[in-house]
Amino acid sequence: MSAPLLEIENLRVSFPTQQGRVEVVKGISFTLGRERLGIVGESGSGKSMTGRSILRLIRAPGRVTADRLRFSGIDLLAQSERQMRAIRGARISMVMQDPKFSLNPVMTIGAQIAEALVAHTRLPRREIAQRSRDMLQAVRIDDPDRVMRLYPHEISGGMGQRVMIAMMLVPEPDILIADEPTSALDVSVQAQVLDIMDELVRNKGMGLILISHDLDLVARYCDRILVMNSGKVVEECVASQLSEARHPYTRGLLAAMPHMDETRETLPVLDRSQWEAT
Amino acid sequence: MSAISLDNVDISYGDTKVTFGASFDVAAGESFGLVGESGSGKSTILRAIAGLGTTWTGAISVLGKPRRQGIDKTFARQCQMVFQDPYGSLHPRKTIDATLGEPLQVHGIGNRGNRIEAMLEAVGLDRRFRFRYPHQLSGGQRQRVAIARALMLEPKVLLLDEPTSALDVSVQAEILNLLKRLRQEQNLTFLMVTHNLPVVSFLCDRLAVMRHGRIIEVADVGLLKSGKLVDPYSRELYQASGGKSS
Repeated sequence: MSAPLLEIENLRVSFPTQQGRVEVVKGISFTLGRERLGIVGESGSGKSMTGRSILRLIRAPGRVTADRLRFSGIDLLAQSERQMRAIRGARISMVMQDPKFSLNPVMTIGAQIAEALVAHTRLPRREIAQRSRDMLQAVRIDDPDRVMRLYPHEISGGMGQRVMIAMMLVPEPDILIADEPTSALDVSVQAQVLDIMDELVRNKGMGLILISHDLDLVARYCDRILVMNSGKVVEECVASQLSEARHPYTRGLLAAMPHMDETRETLPVLDRSQWEAT
Repeated sequence: MSAISLDNVDISYGDTKVTFGASFDVAAGESFGLVGESGSGKSTILRAIAGLGTTWTGAISVLGKPRRQGIDKTFARQCQMVFQDPYGSLHPRKTIDATLGEPLQVHGIGNRGNRIEAMLEAVGLDRRFRFRYPHQLSGGQRQRVAIARALMLEPKVLLLDEPTSALDVSVQAEILNLLKRLRQEQNLTFLMVTHNLPVVSFLCDRLAVMRHGRIIEVADVGLLKSGKLVDPYSRELYQASGGKSS
């Protein structure tokens, strides 16, 4: 593996409250190469905040600090808003959770995909239309010309999420951050969407950060996994060895999941006191 | 006598037909899972049984009594529903006490204070939560309140619409354990809608798989556990949920 695409050291995100500033991400460090990294944790563990802070999407009064937040040699924290805009979408892009809320309801699908290209490249209009069409085909939408004329409310959730992936991949970024990309979708569609994303990411040799609360899913689609709990990385492991995880939190999460061939009478419940005291 | 029985039920929203000839029986004391993807009509069936704003033809009976369209009080005493999203199903400006007291008030049942306290204890919530508002509670605690509300009238049948899909895994485990315990203690019948097959495996005795408004397979949960569902679509669902191919 060559030099890492993304280097993060001691990343902290904090928000002010009446009781003073509260840190939601408490000094995490990791690097990302051209690989698939999964970040798992429960709600409130800071996993989404980590994803957002890479793109500097956390607004005041939230505050992001880090000893190091570099993306292929660029110090992300030192960039101006204008310079950030040139990075967002073009070089690092993000797939959000729910297509219903993240697609623009008053723009056609075609216009939204084209927008990503118009903003970041200077291509003739015909070329843009052609690339948008190819991209839709790449996410396995059979009739791209028809779909490009539709509005977000006219398509299904799974299709919406594929459109969003198309939109995010069409400028050919180096890193894709997918924040719970399929939790709004059905199980059967989930696998389909993730397979498509996986294939595209691998073919283009991109870096992927997959943020999810679903351990199984992350283990299936990632090479490496970070487990987060209350703002800290509690465990890092190779995806295939998740079942041998050692931290009590990870073990607790794994045990709390019902299995397909469930025989246990009750499910073990997390005993949070075990590690929160330390 | 079966607790819930559907015979050839067609449900429609306006002119759009959603289910086609749905028939199944749930025995008293049984826990029955209804699975399928969104739009397959599984929640609609629950809503029709509960009498929530759908029109249907065919025959639905609950505890031996035929259902008519709409809600009636005697039915509400016997059959209650728990909804998916605890953030949406509790009134934000009512205290937990008011939320739990309302069904008692509607049905003119006295001794409310004691009943509420007993129910809070049964669902594993501390007494101090009684005079709080939903926004002061976590998702799991809210779902406990929603379950408590459904049980206030001591119903025999509980309709569960994705009771844990809005919750974290660890909280899901707590709620699933709670449901299982309550079912044993109060001898309840569950009809649970979910898309999560492992949850069915944990909580249900039998399941029905739905697709495009039709019930395509009714099976014992043992077949699910061993991955021996018959219908090709059921198998597809099984594999998409991470089941090992057999």
